[in-house]
Amino acid sequence: MEEPRIGVFVCHCGINIGGVVNVPEVVEYAKTLPNVAWAEGNLYTCSEAGLSSIKDAIKKNGLNRVVVASCTPRTHEPLFRSTCEEAGLNKYLFEMANIREQCSWVHSHEPEAATVKAEDIVRMAVARARWLEPQDEPEVDVADSAMVIGGGISGLMAAVSLASQGFKVHLVEKEPQLGGITRRLGKIYPTLEDSSDIIDPVIKAATSNENIRIYTSATLKDISGYVGNFKAALKRGTEEVKLDVGTIVLASGALNYEPPKGSFQYGVLDRVVTQLQLEEMLTQGKLAEPERVLMIQCVGSRTGEVWTYELSDMTQSFAARLLSKILGAKKEEGWPYCSKICCMNAIKNAIRIKEQWPKAHVDILFSDLRTYKEYEDFYRKARALEVKFIRYIREIPPEITEAPDKKLKVTAYDTLAGVETEFLCDLVALSTPLCPSKEDVMLARMLKVPLGPDGFFMEAHPKLRPVDCQSDGIFIAGTACGPKDIPESIISAKAAAARASILMANKKLKTEALTADVNTDLCIGCGLCEELCPYGAHKIENGKSKTIAALCRGCGVCAADCPRRAITMRHYSDRQILAQVEAMMAQ
Amino acid sequence: MMVEKSALVIGGGIAGIQASLDLANRGLKTYLVEKSPSIGGRMAQLDKTFPTMDCSICILAPKMIECFRHPKIELLTYSEVKEVHGSAGDFTVKVVKKPRYVQADKCVGCGTCADHCPVELPNEFDSGMGVRKAIYIPFPQAVPRVYTVDKDNCLDCGLCNSVCNAKAVDLEQQPVELELHVGGIVVATGFDTYEPFRITSYGYGKYKNVVTAMQLERLLSASGPTGGRIMRPSDGRIPRTIAFLQCVGSRDQRFGYPYCSSICCKYAVKDAVLIKEHRPDSEVHIFYIDLRVFGKGFQEFANRAKKEYGVKFVRSSPGEIREDPETKDLTLWYEDTLARTVRSLKADLVVLSTALMPRSDSVELAKILGIDIDRFGFLVASDPVRHPVDTQVPGIVGCGYCLGPRTGDIPDSVMQAGAAAARLSEILMAESV
Repeated sequence: MEEPRIGVFVCHCGINIGGVVNVPEVVEYAKTLPNVAWAEGNLYTCSEAGLSSIKDAIKKNGLNRVVVASCTPRTHEPLFRSTCEEAGLNKYLFEMANIREQCSWVHSHEPEAATVKAEDIVRMAVARARWLEPQDEPEVDVADSAMVIGGGISGLMAAVSLASQGFKVHLVEKEPQLGGITRRLGKIYPTLEDSSDIIDPVIKAATSNENIRIYTSATLKDISGYVGNFKAALKRGTEEVKLDVGTIVLASGALNYEPPKGSFQYGVLDRVVTQLQLEEMLTQGKLAEPERVLMIQCVGSRTGEVWTYELSDMTQSFAARLLSKILGAKKEEGWPYCSKICCMNAIKNAIRIKEQWPKAHVDILFSDLRTYKEYEDFYRKARALEVKFIRYIREIPPEITEAPDKKLKVTAYDTLAGVETEFLCDLVALSTPLCPSKEDVMLARMLKVPLGPDGFFMEAHPKLRPVDCQSDGIFIAGTACGPKDIPESIISAKAAAARASILMANKKLKTEALTADVNTDLCIGCGLCEELCPYGAHKIENGKSKTIAALCRGCGVCAADCPRRAITMRHYSDRQILAQVEAMMAQ
Repeated sequence: MMVEKSALVIGGGIAGIQASLDLANRGLKTYLVEKSPSIGGRMAQLDKTFPTMDCSICILAPKMIECFRHPKIELLTYSEVKEVHGSAGDFTVKVVKKPRYVQADKCVGCGTCADHCPVELPNEFDSGMGVRKAIYIPFPQAVPRVYTVDKDNCLDCGLCNSVCNAKAVDLEQQPVELELHVGGIVVATGFDTYEPFRITSYGYGKYKNVVTAMQLERLLSASGPTGGRIMRPSDGRIPRTIAFLQCVGSRDQRFGYPYCSSICCKYAVKDAVLIKEHRPDSEVHIFYIDLRVFGKGFQEFANRAKKEYGVKFVRSSPGEIREDPETKDLTLWYEDTLARTVRSLKADLVVLSTALMPRSDSVELAKILGIDIDRFGFLVASDPVRHPVDTQVPGIVGCGYCLGPRTGDIPDSVMQAGAAAARLSEILMAESV
């Protein structure tokens, strides 16, 4: 190995680091460390100026290792690595020291101690950098075909977009029919078009496209492989289908939440229905002219809130009663999130009722009316049609009882009027949220992708990678990732198609070199690594373990557990880690 | 027909950046035109972003650099689209590069010129809360890192020229006209923020301690004019009681816009939590009509803001703000509609969550492109349900807030950028596989 010549670049990050850590002092300190041939401070190392200065220093000082002491590798490592590459240095000869999240931000009140800690962190990074080795990234071929899981509006749209760019698409739907939940809707807000006018042309476009093969009534049995080379096994009736695809678009959708029996008298009184059931009644002409319909928002969503009611402002007897009701209320079943689409959905059905039977009364009990965007116009339209909006308290579910003449009596507290109000109505519609399906858990396990705390599939980064999964080559479209309306689902489907198409169009992909490396001389073929690997990256072949590089995520479980120490991690060798540990102990 | 395998993206905010990257990575030569001196847009101005609380510029800067370095992206900053002719697959675009009065290939971005420039002006990037010189870069991570002379405010003293070692200053520089041939166009021009001067009862512009939410973002930002310390504009004191007023200019048919801007409730909750993290003893009130914290994780976040951080939510739209002429403290008069009583609150700082509105030049740009805009100035989709990012002109698509409040937040913009790229790829790359 050639003599290491290490360059250290210490970032001020404006005042994020420089306001706490004495950066010039850290720079001077770095210069005293063995093998450090160059050290400098930068206002923002990630700015164009900072990056050019890294490149210049590499060339001028013949640097063969680079350490940047700044923020987190999660956001910035790729940027600095590619800068090294541009200056002709293998990108694995780069090491990052986090002196912001792990130092200046958490020790903002102790600038002197923070400076010492920053020096410690830099010393450790330099110690590891000394032992860094260049690595070659494995290159994998990417098959130019995709599998779309789910045949609702999102899956169909993603499939059509990919197919019209020339890629082969396999669309898998577990139901016998395509169209998903959109098919069950009668009308679409805010245009009040028939949903069939939306979904039927898309189904036709998908079924008539020769690049798309559709498998209905098909269940996924197994998915293996990795980005560019996924293998899926489907079951359709008795038939088994095997697919080889380069990318996967996950568009498995969401369910409409059904309240447990007895909650809001649902399942007990037959005139208490969900909003989706009301929609179906309207579409199928099964609703007779009502005198009054009452809708209740946020049933099964936004649970676990304790919101802003200042009971002290109410008359004492009233406050006491409300309080006892709140405390007495059963722990609600449901979901903590806002389902986003229910306000517009309720208004849509209210408008449908008012347009069909102008004399009918429609009341909507809401807690916050979330007609965001230009849906505000839709809200205004409903008010112009004399739909009444009553603000109730979510924590106190309205009481629903049977009344004479097949009516329902609903008692709710109207917060704006400050009184308890009774409604005699013919039908109560519960606005229930979109929620994740139980099958998502199985699907997540099969695909090795995580679910978020809300039960929906989790994106790689909530802001900047909203349709990418954490596993390469898998993309999320539509409500599988959380509640969305139809235009939003279509947008995310197209975005997922765009991301998948990039991988497939480029045909080849380089993957991270941080993988397990088996020393076959030491390996006894015990199979522990195969058993432990969460990604299926180890296979025992001819009595020896073999790593499938594209599957390996570099977690190191195998290396830590191998009884013969036959496995080392590329780019995280024992030598590098021990050097870091020793540097930590040194003063 | 032969189609140009290239695209033009107008606007270098997060939507335009993502669209450019998706198009270029897909194999299309992409021109990214930005009218201001740097790409980055609104996201660059924000302090932190929900829910990861990453500092906004820290996650944006790598994308800006990626655009700058991408072999298939040509950045045309400080440039404007003047004419567009042709149709899908074959557009001819005339772009004017405005004179920076600094030669981009010579400027090393050292900043010596700005150090010597005698003119101080309010910095637009800091929403007027900080200052810049007449020769400037808008913010330290600007891409490209090339200085620009604000000729309207330049004294022509020539100091910048005489101190520049690289000999980059050229005060005689002329506009340059370029002709581009592209197959498709993405419009990603973003939004302006509503300036609430018309709502006189809130005293914006008159009372120093009434600021907009964008100004607050700059005060919160560690790279902002106060180094991340929230200071009252009147006296630099750290405010203890802070009130957010929601729907200032949105849902307002009298003074502003009838639509809901979609993001204000969410950023107000985020900013309230940030203020509480900066100073746990501060008292933060959010005055709202409907608390619209829809979208992934936001309801849960608002619950935490209330329970864990003690942010106070008041369902009310205050009628009036009065200023104490001595202390510059503010008193808000409001009806708490849940308690059904009229109350007042003394606040040190009032933040107006102002509406987002179309760019002032949206009408002009729509004319150049031959596309329709709505009564406000936002782009009209050819079919808002089926084709939410398409304009009526085939080959011209939109993404980001120029599509109007139906966009919402950063992930929505990023998704629309992807959708816009997909639409153009469908047209331009059909035969490529």
